[in-house]
Amino acid sequence: MRKPALLALEDGSVFWGESIGVDGQTVGEVVFNTAMTGYQEILTDPSYTKQIVTLTYPHIGNTGTNDEDEESLGVQAAGLVIRDLPLLAYNWRKQKNLDQYLRDNKTVAIANIDTRRLTRILRDKGSQNGCIMAGDGSIDERRALDAARSFPGLKGMDLAKVVSVTKNYEWTEGSWDLETGHKKPAADDLRYHVVAFDYGVKRNILRMLVDRGCRVTVVPAQTSARDALALKPHGVFLSNGPGDPEPCSYAINAIRDIVDTGTPVFGICLGYQLLSLASGAKTIKMKFGHHGANHPVQDLVTKRVMITSQNHGFAVDEATLPKNLIATHRSLFDGSLQGVRRLDQPAFSFQGHPEASPGPHDIGSLFDCFLKEIKNHHA
Amino acid sequence: MPKRTDIKSVMIIGAGPIIIGQACEFEYSGAQACKALKEEGYRIILVNSNPATIMTDPGMADATYIEPITWQTLERIIERERPDALLPTMGGQTALNTALDLAREGVLEKYKVELIGASREAIDKAEDRELFRRAMRSIGLDVPRSAVAHSMEEAVQVQAQIGFPTVIRPSFTMGGSGGGIAYNKEEFAEIVERGLDLSPTSEVLVEECLSGWKEFEMEVVRDRKDNCIIVCSIENFDPMGVHTGDSITVAPAQTLTDKEY
Repeated sequence: MRKPALLALEDGSVFWGESIGVDGQTVGEVVFNTAMTGYQEILTDPSYTKQIVTLTYPHIGNTGTNDEDEESLGVQAAGLVIRDLPLLAYNWRKQKNLDQYLRDNKTVAIANIDTRRLTRILRDKGSQNGCIMAGDGSIDERRALDAARSFPGLKGMDLAKVVSVTKNYEWTEGSWDLETGHKKPAADDLRYHVVAFDYGVKRNILRMLVDRGCRVTVVPAQTSARDALALKPHGVFLSNGPGDPEPCSYAINAIRDIVDTGTPVFGICLGYQLLSLASGAKTIKMKFGHHGANHPVQDLVTKRVMITSQNHGFAVDEATLPKNLIATHRSLFDGSLQGVRRLDQPAFSFQGHPEASPGPHDIGSLFDCFLKEIKNHHA
Repeated sequence: MPKRTDIKSVMIIGAGPIIIGQACEFEYSGAQACKALKEEGYRIILVNSNPATIMTDPGMADATYIEPITWQTLERIIERERPDALLPTMGGQTALNTALDLAREGVLEKYKVELIGASREAIDKAEDRELFRRAMRSIGLDVPRSAVAHSMEEAVQVQAQIGFPTVIRPSFTMGGSGGGIAYNKEEFAEIVERGLDLSPTSEVLVEECLSGWKEFEMEVVRDRKDNCIIVCSIENFDPMGVHTGDSITVAPAQTLTDKEY
């Protein structure tokens, strides 16, 4: 028998369900993700820090979990909300069932609630602060609602420096392959050196850089431009990450200085927003953000439409783009800006997730664009 | 993609009787195609030999012909209706093969009917196993080891390299009918002989057998501007070796992680 659990939203909505994680309480911004695969990648994506993730796909846990599909060290999301956890999990790589994995990661999670109703609330009213209480005895609607309402919200919250590493480290593992697992390229094949700012980086980004012949040094979010450039990188990568980009002044300053040196720069997600801020644009908080693996984005030059993985609650305001920063991609869901490129420097960035994991690989070629910039620059 | 305004009328070929290889999904897609194109204001001419379908209901198309689906019959209908375009991709193998016949016999050229949905080259590529194999290899997809044979001698040579069990697939037959799996030399000789006989081009593909593998399908749509979407993934309940027509499929796939996708 599973224990009871409760999800309360700041608007007063209450959902009763069953606990599938540890006993206890968690608070955060409740968002919904529409991806049908990759729940383990979603849970371990540091961009979900302080967010309770609702998965709209009803059956979650079918393939269990495994060590290879972690995007960081363990679960990063504040909590998980799903419709149905199947009784049996099956996959040839499965190591643990999802509920066991959640308990091992000390994650509070709730199942058997009407996720359609919840998603409609989030879509109509915008992302809500919420609280999950799980386990016997201490569940109380009143206290859960109070906890949800006392969560300050993500606006103005600098989380990049919280989730970032504290020390530099090297990354040399490549992408996963059906036959060989994660690739281990020879050191001689890693001809380019990329410094990656860790604002909450997903491993698959680092893997895709390695696949393209990059030796990656991951550095803490608050690393200065001088310290980063002292590592003599061929290119600088700005990672994804959680929270509001605006308060990250340390990153914005560092990026401005690095871009000014003419070093090739590529940013994803939070990194995209930070490059935009460093170039003089402004960011805004979105109503319920983009979280999913089926978002159509148009390349404004080729007019081609690509299906992309998305996970962001803040956006760059296109109206505030300075003259030297042009729009390169736009979302076909709501017309919001998805990509920018500097006209005066080899720097560009993308709002969605070209590294997928989870999601389609349509726009993975952006990594090739970055490598092209690096090769041009160091030709 | 913007709407084609140079086309006023579209002829749709139905799938005919519902059988393995072209099951009820073609009845559904054909009916949906009629509705969608009609909504866009095109005149629809429908041909189907099967009257027991939804698409042949009055009102689905502007003109409905319940006639045998052969290129000769279709030529007479084209002569009478003069459609601007022919859509053969909603009627399974029957419609595709008939469209190829119409192109080959010069009917489409004579009445200036444009083949839409799939070009003659694309249909050839999908239907001809050797062309298909080459196309898959060129985009980096693995295919079972195989080779085409036009005679028993060729077939035996190919088989020697692949081993048993071996799949034999005659080209251009409905749902691959006439083929089979051979577990020994006697069965192999029998199936190859039958396959060469049934194939309109006297051609069989001798192929590595994937019986027992997990089976998944992807529904993919791509337009002429190279915009692609994977509509859904499908997982077969039974392993390879049990025909989809005898099995259950589940959409979306249930036992694949994101990386395996």
